[in-house]
Amino acid sequence: MPLKKTHITLLAIMIPVLSVLSVSCRNENNGVGEGEAEEVLTVYSGRSESLIGPIIEQFGQVSGIKTQVKYGSTAEIAATLMEEGEKTPADIFIAQDPGGLGAVEDMLAPLPDAILSQVGPGFKPPDGKWVGLSGRARTVIYNTDKLSEADLPDDIWGFTDPKWNGRLGWAPANASFQAMVTAMIKLWGEEKTAEWLSGIQANNPKTYPNNSSIVLAAGSGEIDAGFVNHYYLYRSIAEKGEDFPARNYHPRAGGPGAVILVAGAGILESSRNKDAGEKFIKFMLSPVAQQYFTGQTYEYPVTDGVVTNRLLFPVSGINAPVISMKDMVDLEGTVGLLRKENIIP
Amino acid sequence: MPHPAARLNTGKSPERPVRPTGPGFFLYAVSIATALLIILPLAYLVLRAAGADGAVTELLWRPRTWEILKRSLVLAFSVTFLSTLISLPLAWALERTDLPFKRMWAVLTTVPIVIPSYVGGFVAVSALGPRGLLQQALEPLGVDRLPEIYGLSGAVMTLTLLRFPYMLIPVRASLANLDPSLEESSRSLGKGSLETFLKVILPQLRPAVAGGCLLTAMTALGDFGAVSLLRYETFTWAIYLEYQSVFDRTAAAALSLVLAALALGLLAMEGRTRAGASFYRMGHGKRPPLRPLNLGRWKVPALALFSLLALGSLLMPVFILLMWLVRGMAAGEHFPGLPAAMVNSLCISAAAAVIIMGAAFPIAYLSARSPGRLIYVLERVAYFGFALPGVVVALALVFFGIRFIGLLYQTHALLVAAYVILFLPVALGPLRAVLLQQSPRLEEAAYSLGRSQSYALTRVIIPLARPGILAGAALAFLVTMRELPATLILSPIGFRTLATSVWSASSEAFFARAAADSLVLIALSSVPMAILIIKERSRREV
Repeated sequence: MPLKKTHITLLAIMIPVLSVLSVSCRNENNGVGEGEAEEVLTVYSGRSESLIGPIIEQFGQVSGIKTQVKYGSTAEIAATLMEEGEKTPADIFIAQDPGGLGAVEDMLAPLPDAILSQVGPGFKPPDGKWVGLSGRARTVIYNTDKLSEADLPDDIWGFTDPKWNGRLGWAPANASFQAMVTAMIKLWGEEKTAEWLSGIQANNPKTYPNNSSIVLAAGSGEIDAGFVNHYYLYRSIAEKGEDFPARNYHPRAGGPGAVILVAGAGILESSRNKDAGEKFIKFMLSPVAQQYFTGQTYEYPVTDGVVTNRLLFPVSGINAPVISMKDMVDLEGTVGLLRKENIIP
Repeated sequence: MPHPAARLNTGKSPERPVRPTGPGFFLYAVSIATALLIILPLAYLVLRAAGADGAVTELLWRPRTWEILKRSLVLAFSVTFLSTLISLPLAWALERTDLPFKRMWAVLTTVPIVIPSYVGGFVAVSALGPRGLLQQALEPLGVDRLPEIYGLSGAVMTLTLLRFPYMLIPVRASLANLDPSLEESSRSLGKGSLETFLKVILPQLRPAVAGGCLLTAMTALGDFGAVSLLRYETFTWAIYLEYQSVFDRTAAAALSLVLAALALGLLAMEGRTRAGASFYRMGHGKRPPLRPLNLGRWKVPALALFSLLALGSLLMPVFILLMWLVRGMAAGEHFPGLPAAMVNSLCISAAAAVIIMGAAFPIAYLSARSPGRLIYVLERVAYFGFALPGVVVALALVFFGIRFIGLLYQTHALLVAAYVILFLPVALGPLRAVLLQQSPRLEEAAYSLGRSQSYALTRVIIPLARPGILAGAALAFLVTMRELPATLILSPIGFRTLATSVWSASSEAFFARAAADSLVLIALSSVPMAILIIKERSRREV
């Protein structure tokens, strides 16, 4: 019967459509926590779910505030926020780096002193629009089969020596690398930074899209050393075992190669839920959450009185330069310089 | 655009334009609505770029911009050329010969398209990189250096291996639907297989090949994942950099408009190949089954070629992913949230495939049957979204969605709309190619018997276009399964798919989790593909 066949076709079309509708119904109550239905905190996270999901879930359980999260890269989320403008459903923006928070600074509400006073001056901008939640150190990853720490220069200026020709890896398009260059411009001035960049360029470094591929390349011996954030190493060790042949080196003389960066969060000015938002940020600065960051994501705590993961190089041992957050958000100068040196497209 | 040569041909079979009443009117209305939807990202880009200042102009006019534009074009041309080179003999072997295990090859050569390009890039580097698996395997033989994978050659290889199905699938669908009587005549006139292929088959495959070229070239132009991992700086990379590094939407929009202009050029080029003969067969009655050609001594080389391709494009990625998975499992890694992501991915992609096909059909049908100027424009417009980076399309829908249809913002509906914009050509190409092969006389027979247009549509046109509908819907399903930027930006809050899980894990170097999600993504896509291909083959062989 032809009629029957039509029905089957129709059914075949309707099933996926209906299932999507049902999925969308199911999604309505998939937030975390069992608070009153009207109080829902919407978080836009530029940090990935594998890193920050568990602690957000814990916030939902502890506070009873229903929390829903949109994940993406910091750049995508920041661009989304900018397009959404005042109508954004977001209450909180969590970013991987100060640049992302700086990009939407106009949309953020100033944080109360009760929050800002919990972290040191290096972890918040002067206008108090956002606050650092965890620290990450810039570092040099090196292959332990080929090098020992003694072979590495006192600070990253030393890598401009021609003996490093063909042995280095970097990720100039990566936000953390660019933050390091921003710090470098502040510490060394634009001229010396340009010299460093062209010095490294002259050594034919291998260009990678991100930190994790540099860490892998250092482990495989594809490169001898590379410029990365500190925590990728620990994740590689967790997955590949203690014999993963690469380690971090925090330049002993300090300088821009040893700068400590932050991932942070702010509350949207348009949020109608600022109280819950403040609770959220307070929770992220509480010992429980800070302990989570250092224990599970191998980052450095930004508040006092938290025991740093014993696997991590102690933060007191890092000769980190002091740079105001205000100077860390000028990315246009950095990108302009990188472009001028023909390092990024 | 009127096709002069096509007009000439109408002496033999008058093409009757679809009357703009009843279902015909409906087809026009749907086509125009779809085209308007696809124009949205362009409108957004123009709005954004309108705010450009001197700095953006300077960025556009620096020599480096043109240099990377050239690099993008070289990449697109190479990937397209290689994909064509691979796909033509493969499609022919699959559709016309007694190649063993045809169904298996058909599945294996379709599935690579579901692998996200950044996963493909990671895999290529860890397998063929300077200290990759291959080098380590060859180390005992004294090989301490492999040919450089980074740069153009690696990017071309990776993208070709991942995306050649964009060419193969429409060509196969078209070949399956081709009138075999011409080939039989050619063969009976003593022409060899190669000559028959080049002189009889190839000209008839022109719409499918041209459509495949557009898809492969545009996908290479718009790729970010693989090119960034294989370190080949392209124009799309520069666009991403604007978002990533300086959060500059204006500069990104200005650069994206250049990419759109490039797409316009490609579309015009492909449009020029259109003019020409009709592609439908002249014979009567049911198509006689074609006797498959005996490969004879070519069987072994053919099998070797297929194996090599399957090895490079699918088995190697699967092997590497398995290795990551096993290593992570040994280290005690666990895999939360996988079942939910599976259900979400399947449902949204299936729904998207159906809706994309629904949106593609009117345009494909009208463009095959009543190719006027309006339809030509609508059909060309359909490709715009495909040529743009996903993040641009997603941000355009954020911009318009939250301002004008707030109720639909961050719902599945808006996400599916983004998929339609991004992937309409994927369904349109194969469908149009197959419709062009159908003689309009069959529908006219239905009309002359007093049947309505909707009768002709459901009883004649759609059943005959089946290979194209299935190929197009299958492709649409696979590409939405792996789509990332629009899914991340537009999906309802908390909606997790396999593609977003792979990204989330791999971006933070949780390789075991990324591997688990990728493997499930590949497996889940293979199953419906296998069922589809096996059912389709047995239907044809009955």
